[in-house]
Amino acid sequence: MIKFFVNGDQAEFNASPDTPLLWALRDFYNLTGTKYGCGMSLCGACTVHVNGEPTRACVTPVSSLEGKRVVTIEGIWSTSRAPVARAVKAAWIDKDVVQCGYCQSGQVMAAIALLTRNASPSDADIDAAMSGNICRCGTYQRVREAIKSASASLKKA
Amino acid sequence: MRKLASQPRRHFLKSASALTGGLVISFWLPGGGGRMAFAQAPTPPAVAPNAFLRIGKDGTVTVIVKHLEFGQGVTTALPMILCEELECDWGKVRYELAPAGAQYAHTAFGMQMTGGSSSVWNSYDQLRTVGAQARTMLMQAAADQWKVKPAEVRAEKGFVLGPGGKKLSYGQLADAAGKLPVPDKVALKPAKDFKLIGKPTRRIDSAEKVDGSARFGMDVKRNDLRTALVAHSPTFGGHAKSMNTEKVKTVPGVTHVVQISTGVAVLATHFWAAKKGRDALEVDWEPGPNASLSSAEMKRQFLETAKTPGKVAKQSENPEAIKSAAKTLVAEYTVPFLAHAPMEPLNCTVEVREGGAEIWVGSQFQSVDLAAAARTLGLKPEQVTLHTMLAGGGFGRRANPVSDYVVEACEIAQRAKVPVKVVWTREDDIRGGFYRPLYVHRVEVGLDAKGNVAAWNHAIVGPSIVANTAFEAMLVKDGIDPTTTEGVADTPYTLPNMQVMLHTVNTPVPVLWWRSVGNSHTAFVMETMIDEIAGASGKDPVALRRELLSGKPRMLQVLNLAASKSGWGSALPKGRARGIAIHESFNSVCAQVAEVSLEGNDIRVHKVTAAFDCGLVVNPLTVEAQLQSAIAFGLSAALFGEITIKDGRVEQSNFHDYRVLRINEMPKVEVHLAPGGDKPTGVGEPGVPPVAPAVANALFALTGKRARDLPLAATKRG
Repeated sequence: MIKFFVNGDQAEFNASPDTPLLWALRDFYNLTGTKYGCGMSLCGACTVHVNGEPTRACVTPVSSLEGKRVVTIEGIWSTSRAPVARAVKAAWIDKDVVQCGYCQSGQVMAAIALLTRNASPSDADIDAAMSGNICRCGTYQRVREAIKSASASLKKA
Repeated sequence: MRKLASQPRRHFLKSASALTGGLVISFWLPGGGGRMAFAQAPTPPAVAPNAFLRIGKDGTVTVIVKHLEFGQGVTTALPMILCEELECDWGKVRYELAPAGAQYAHTAFGMQMTGGSSSVWNSYDQLRTVGAQARTMLMQAAADQWKVKPAEVRAEKGFVLGPGGKKLSYGQLADAAGKLPVPDKVALKPAKDFKLIGKPTRRIDSAEKVDGSARFGMDVKRNDLRTALVAHSPTFGGHAKSMNTEKVKTVPGVTHVVQISTGVAVLATHFWAAKKGRDALEVDWEPGPNASLSSAEMKRQFLETAKTPGKVAKQSENPEAIKSAAKTLVAEYTVPFLAHAPMEPLNCTVEVREGGAEIWVGSQFQSVDLAAAARTLGLKPEQVTLHTMLAGGGFGRRANPVSDYVVEACEIAQRAKVPVKVVWTREDDIRGGFYRPLYVHRVEVGLDAKGNVAAWNHAIVGPSIVANTAFEAMLVKDGIDPTTTEGVADTPYTLPNMQVMLHTVNTPVPVLWWRSVGNSHTAFVMETMIDEIAGASGKDPVALRRELLSGKPRMLQVLNLAASKSGWGSALPKGRARGIAIHESFNSVCAQVAEVSLEGNDIRVHKVTAAFDCGLVVNPLTVEAQLQSAIAFGLSAALFGEITIKDGRVEQSNFHDYRVLRINEMPKVEVHLAPGGDKPTGVGEPGVPPVAPAVANALFALTGKRARDLPLAATKRG
């Protein structure tokens, strides 16, 4: 059995330890906000935070998570990162970022991680932090604008 | 501390029907005649008669959206259209995706579908009428209650106001209004009175998509649901000769292995077990007749075929004119197979019960998919309920005349006798077929002594998307599939002695429409050739287009807007160049100017200035988003997109070898809307075609070499 934490709750995982965190979240814990897009850490739709680090859940086996803290798009709103998360959400809505929306929880989790460690990201910082997150709708320009807008609102707060 | 359950949960997700049952339904408006159901009416059936609107007792307005939402913003645009006439409080507007139902048929195409950039224009009169009917009934209900004439009341922001300060909310009036007959004739507002249409309006589905609570097809949960992965033949047209399932059975969680017409399905209680089960499956494939199929060979043959006479799609006044040209330009173009690769891999959930079935799928083709499901399951269409789920992109892939993955899910559910969600992995999606076809164009242009176009002979070679489908009889006339020739045979340019020939060569590779359909290749050819003519005749590319578009005011307006806003002709930093392209598709016109540089062999697109005429603009924020989207999508294909087939097998498999645009490669997109007409035209697709030729023309300006093969990044430079 592997014990870890999901959004503050204790998870005791009994199924195959090679199960990727993505499928543990989606199929065992009913947390479907984290999305499957490629299964190879190529698209970022499955981005969650593990011990605070943005992590691709599709290539993270549950066996590697013993004692670790996993935060998903469902849980980020009640963590210490909630102020950043709320600023990101407000900016995403204000800039009308989403289209189909499928990649957006991954984009949002990546953006929250970026703004947590870098309150004023440059364009190059945004490229570096966000280029692992594919959006086939091409919302990139508004993602960039929303990150800058969230950054500005956090500085004001 | 709470403990999480550690086994697959058996909780229902709130499906569309569960949500419907949970709302207070006090107002139910049939769109075309008939009477409204009463407030006490039983929970409406999953397929309700012609219903686009509900008003709750709390004043909540729910607009039933008949089109698939897969990014293009119909969950905001369609409610805007209806609510313009309803005069409700926009803050209280919600959306719900319509299930499959005849009442949700496309007003022009006669079936329920999303495609052809038509969601807004085909709904425009329909939904304004529904909104006006409902408003009229609410006003009548208030007038009846106050015993005044309807002319003495007016509607405003979700209230009806009457003489002496009387005021009732739509929620308070909904019951009484629901008992009134639906008025046949209602007057619609003149555009000058619009409060919503034309105003930048934020999407109403943002919050749920930002916080992860939006439910896509992939997120459907049912009791006892199995996930099924299908092992498909690695060659098109192959089949499983024999299989060994010994190792599959040892994978914990695997419950069934069933053979179906498209391969072998492995079912498990969760995805990972199904995946491991499929990996453990040993299948001896009979490769079938296409084991040596090669896209390179196909391309070679198409290039040969292009030199021979084909079926005439556009007849020249004088086919011999080219022989007397002072100068002749000859160019061959190739474009590859392309996968759609929507972010959400394909999936479909089916639950078969005694005498019926329920299906959950993000479908662009509800009518077709429902009929195919019924046929596969041996049921009557009325025994099947199809819930439309949010889809994570589609680009045409979810509008398949043969309903491939829906039929697959139905076959599995029927054989395994359990509720099943079939999930295609990304590899299945890239390798599993249904591509934008590979095409070859051969163009010969004759110029007279002054450099004017004197003749244009154009041959297109490639598959027909609609061959062997129900759409063939509808669309193909005299052997010409207009989805192959659109953008060439109907070019708005005045080109004397233009002849277009089509060679329809169908191949074993499954093909399908792909965002912008034929325009995805024809615009590239036309617009790079026009540039080439400009070069050959010493004219500026914009000036030549102006000449050839003389008498086409809509085209000229968009062309001039793009040229002026992009600073066409002004100096650029060294190493940077501009290219322009303009294309009419889906009754809209889009021109784009791309600013490009080369970093080593890598193409860098810095900026795209887009000018767009899509008629009456319903939501400028969405139109801007759709152009950004179309440019990103078109650029992915123009720079990187290519599916190749070797020894019968698709060589690509995932985003590492089927590259798509990333944020660091996204140009700055500037959108300028040209004042349009009084009706909306297409928005979702017309921004795709111009970007490839605009970039290719900028590359020529940089390098002096013509790029005539897509993708551009594969072309060696220098």
